[in-house]
Amino acid sequence: MNTPNLHLYVLAAPLLTAFAVNLLGRVSRTWIGPLVLGALTFSAGGALMTLLHVLREGAFRYTIGNWQPPLGIELVVDPLSALMLLLVSAVALLATSSALKSVAHELPGREHLFFTLYMILIAGLLGLVLTGDAFNLYVLLEITAITTYGLIAMGSGRAALSSFNYIIMGSIGACFYLLGVGYLYILTGTLNMADIAQILPGLDAPAAIATAFAFLMVGLWVKMGLFPLHVWLPNAYSQAPTGAGAMIAPLMTKVTIYLMIRVMFSIFSPDYTFLAHAGIQAGIVWAASLAIMCASGLALAQRNLRRMLTYILVAEVAYMVGGVWLANGTGITGAILHIVNDAMMTLCLFLAAAAIIYRTGSLEFDRLNGLYRRMPVTMAAFTVGAFSMIGVPPTCGFFSKWYLILGAVRAGHPEFVTALLISSLINAVLFFRIIELAYFQPASDLSRSEPQQAGEAPLLMLSPLLLSAVALVAIGLGSGPLIENIIRLAMPPGFAP
Amino acid sequence: MEQLLSEIVAKYNYWIYVVLMMIGFYAMIGKRNLVKKLLGMNIFQTAIILFYVSIGSKRGGGIPIVDKHAAMLHGVDATGVVNPLPHVLMLTAIVVSVSVTGVALAILIRIYRKYDTLEEDEILEKIGR
Repeated sequence: MNTPNLHLYVLAAPLLTAFAVNLLGRVSRTWIGPLVLGALTFSAGGALMTLLHVLREGAFRYTIGNWQPPLGIELVVDPLSALMLLLVSAVALLATSSALKSVAHELPGREHLFFTLYMILIAGLLGLVLTGDAFNLYVLLEITAITTYGLIAMGSGRAALSSFNYIIMGSIGACFYLLGVGYLYILTGTLNMADIAQILPGLDAPAAIATAFAFLMVGLWVKMGLFPLHVWLPNAYSQAPTGAGAMIAPLMTKVTIYLMIRVMFSIFSPDYTFLAHAGIQAGIVWAASLAIMCASGLALAQRNLRRMLTYILVAEVAYMVGGVWLANGTGITGAILHIVNDAMMTLCLFLAAAAIIYRTGSLEFDRLNGLYRRMPVTMAAFTVGAFSMIGVPPTCGFFSKWYLILGAVRAGHPEFVTALLISSLINAVLFFRIIELAYFQPASDLSRSEPQQAGEAPLLMLSPLLLSAVALVAIGLGSGPLIENIIRLAMPPGFAP
Repeated sequence: MEQLLSEIVAKYNYWIYVVLMMIGFYAMIGKRNLVKKLLGMNIFQTAIILFYVSIGSKRGGGIPIVDKHAAMLHGVDATGVVNPLPHVLMLTAIVVSVSVTGVALAILIRIYRKYDTLEEDEILEKIGR
């Protein structure tokens, strides 16, 4: 099967399944699992074939409904977006398998509603990755955001309040992005990214272009939770239902970073982004370094596993923003590689958290005692994820961090190197504290009295967790070919790994 | 001073957009009542809609619906009609803003049922207890 429309089916499968899940899920719960898993398996397979096709034949553009650009909306399938397509659909597939169990556990009777939103969110993320139109991107950004608000609000406890705060911050971010697009439209009269990129260099309006660029960047930074614009993120992600958190946390921030790369290099040119305003590039690397330190410091203060992970996520976002803004090939390679790696590491750790919460009902640190004896397989996978987050060599976290540090050294940014090293040290402290609690401390009486805690999580939760842990090592060992065959082609023109 | 004034009058719609946006921004950040925050968000989005609609308008521009025969004979005089594209974009943005407001209102109802108040301070106090 090698049709030119394949990537569109990748996008359409979860969208159409969303409606099927809503209708059939009302009739019988048993429909939901096969439908959701089937659609996402199809998407992941299609995304893999799209990636192979792009690597063989090169990037291509696709117009929907045969309305020719710049008036029609076009999809852009180049090596970077094909790689992201595969990443999003694969992570979504693994997270869904685990979510099926945890949602049945946490939201009994509301599974069909949960998975309707869930599938629309995945379709929105896939659309964001593919679109080549600046306004279309805004609409898709809001589709993903609105579904995320709904999913987070389904959580228990303070989730509704966290979701409301996310709505306020998310809307500010999206509105800033929309304003930036408005300025670009005034300047160029078009919304097609490639068209804007062609017209912009010939214009003589430095102030207006800079305003547009600033609005676009700040809007996306709010959306991705770059410190200090992160305040909404830890609450929202840690109080969402576990099934939703395991998908939203790895994917939303990574896709937004991909969008930042798109805006920087596909709408504006690398020359404009890095050279037009003296000091901006160095300033952002400094800001990212501070963000890494502060977020890692805040992670130290947390007493709940999932909250700690969200603060680490905030630090990781700053890794990637800093890496891209290092403005050399090595740094950008590291950032793109880290998008892949961080999505997998976050997925692995959140899936482990979901498995633990399924069995013990709590992620407070004082409830983790003796977990290695009760859930050895889960904790083994958790350890792999933790090692990757710290950056221990055979796992993939080491390689992207290596590229980021190398890029920072070449670009002459010692502060970024320092921040990365300190953050790795803090990660080591954080994770060894948990390993110490769960391995050496005997199980407390409190937890022994609950009989359901004994044993591992069900196979539907355990297998994606193990797969993601294996993927961490596999991607780590395959970093060389990955960079050589895919990321090298995905670099903006003029940069090499 | 006079120059500044004429500058403001000439581009009054853009000034209103900036003022509206700041009002909305203040309400979102500064107010402690959750409904007021939501209203601020709506004002913020309305400001952006005004901005976009301003882009498309032209002095003396008519509605962008042209007679087919006249257009085929003489072509379309672009200076005579306003640019419809920003208006169309804003239709989409209005749909987005309505749905965000809907979701937010639904969440506010849940918050009210849970905490019996929509004042942020009181909610945080109840959570802290």
